[in-house]
Amino acid sequence: MAYSDKVIDHYNNPRNVGALDKSSADVGTAVVGAPECGDVMKLQIKVEEGKIVDAKFKTFGCGSAIASSSLATEWVKGKSLDEALQIKNMDIVEELALPPVKIHCSVLAEDAIKSAIADYKSKQGAQPQEKTG
Amino acid sequence: MKTPIYLDNHATTPVDPRVLEVMLPYFTHKFGNAASRNHAFGWEAEEAVDRARQQVGALVGADAKEIIFTSGATESNNLAILGAAQFLGENGGHIITCRTEHKAVLDPARYLESKGFRVTWLGVDANGSISLEELERAMTPDTLLVSLMAANNEVGTLHPLEEIGKICADKNVLFHTDATQGVGHMNIDVARMNIGLLSMSAHKIYGPKGVGALYVRRRRKPRVKLSPLLHGGGHEWGLRSGTLNVPGIAGFGEAARLISAEGQAETQRILALRERLHQGITERLGHIKLNGHPTLRHPGNLNLSFAYVEGESLLMGMDDVAVSSGSACTSASLEPSYVLRALGVGDDLAHSSIRFGLGRFTTQQEIDHVIQRVTAVVNRLREMSPLYEMAQEGIDLSKVKWQQAH
Ligand SMILES: Cc1ncc(COP(=O)(O)O)c(C=O)c1O
Repeated sequence: MAYSDKVIDHYNNPRNVGALDKSSADVGTAVVGAPECGDVMKLQIKVEEGKIVDAKFKTFGCGSAIASSSLATEWVKGKSLDEALQIKNMDIVEELALPPVKIHCSVLAEDAIKSAIADYKSKQGAQPQEKTG
Repeated sequence: MKTPIYLDNHATTPVDPRVLEVMLPYFTHKFGNAASRNHAFGWEAEEAVDRARQQVGALVGADAKEIIFTSGATESNNLAILGAAQFLGENGGHIITCRTEHKAVLDPARYLESKGFRVTWLGVDANGSISLEELERAMTPDTLLVSLMAANNEVGTLHPLEEIGKICADKNVLFHTDATQGVGHMNIDVARMNIGLLSMSAHKIYGPKGVGALYVRRRRKPRVKLSPLLHGGGHEWGLRSGTLNVPGIAGFGEAARLISAEGQAETQRILALRERLHQGITERLGHIKLNGHPTLRHPGNLNLSFAYVEGESLLMGMDDVAVSSGSACTSASLEPSYVLRALGVGDDLAHSSIRFGLGRFTTQQEIDHVIQRVTAVVNRLREMSPLYEMAQEGIDLSKVKWQQAH
């Protein structure tokens, strides 16, 4: 299978690999996919004043899955939660020139963004944010 | 050292330059049709085919007259299974084969099943071995064929041909073996092993693609009779009509001669390199599973699962090494390997599997490079694997409730 240059670039130089403190109230964490299916993405966002200020990922999956999640972290950074929710899997497909058999990787990345935001929101709902300043 | 390094010798092998040398004249000035009985061009071609028939037969202890040339092992398997079933089982009958066979055996058997034959699909244990007791128990009075391969093309496991042949002989059942991956690397003797039909392919033993052979027992009893699949000019004793591929067959013959002469030493050399690769990787990396039998395996085959790392991403990182993966992502079907599944390898580890296939032209320098490469890529991918992180945290991955994509 031939990969697009962008997929190869993200695979070779993944952006934002790592982890944020998942117990922190301002961090939303998503783990989507399943090992049996060959893809698991973990995406984390750090939110300050309604804006995503940092994002990290770790992915088990093919090159396209790694590239999709790497791109997702790049795109969500600096966006408001509402803006980040507008990211659609087809935007990722287009940017990375994913072939049809790899569309599920982009779906998983969109899922990861939505699920990380939902996790952050549920944390905020459960324990009202302490005002610090 | 030239890159990319070729470690996919189960998929195909390069043509040995000595083989090519033998083939070339049959494309140019010795271009005759082996069936032309009335001039020198034909005689020359026929002579080449006769020599090859003898050389290919010798590889498995068969007579020249017992070798039918085909277009490859796929055709040989089809001719063996469909041809035997058609000849022996006009009113249907029973066939025994195994879940880990190549598709070129599974699909003809499935076809016969759809036509009213009964098929027993033997399972295998975690090493990929069948149970001889189960084979014996599966046999019924209407069993007309047992088809079990010599060496598995994915996990390398060898089947005990001699024991299987003995059971078949005791019950007077025809034994076919797909020896495509086995010949040249293991001792195969059709008489000692009671083999009635045996499939081979030139391109797995450093010969050209598109040429194969089916051994059909005639010298010894019981003589095997088949119905042909291709009808026409009556070539190959009426079993396979069509003008013979003389250059290909001449090359197949030379390839068989070379591996008969050099196979034993070559097997030892390849085995040592395989052990070096296996040891080199396991010394440097943890969480590795060997797929297939630890000892009863093809000397060039190393099939490993690298836990927490997906196979296709691993291949992508080793872009100067040509190997194959059992990962779904590398196949059109999006299903992980059915062979690994049959061994009970979980889908997660199937996705993490790599098949290394060493061959005649593999060097120690290449193996050492591959060890370095695999180690570096697996380490890098594990650093970015959420599964590895969870495992390090002591989380039991089998107990996690995974959130699927919608
Ligand atoms: C075990 C086995 N049987 C059959 C085949 C098919 O051989 P051919 O390519 O000659 O049709 C192969 C090759 O992939 C094989 O490995």
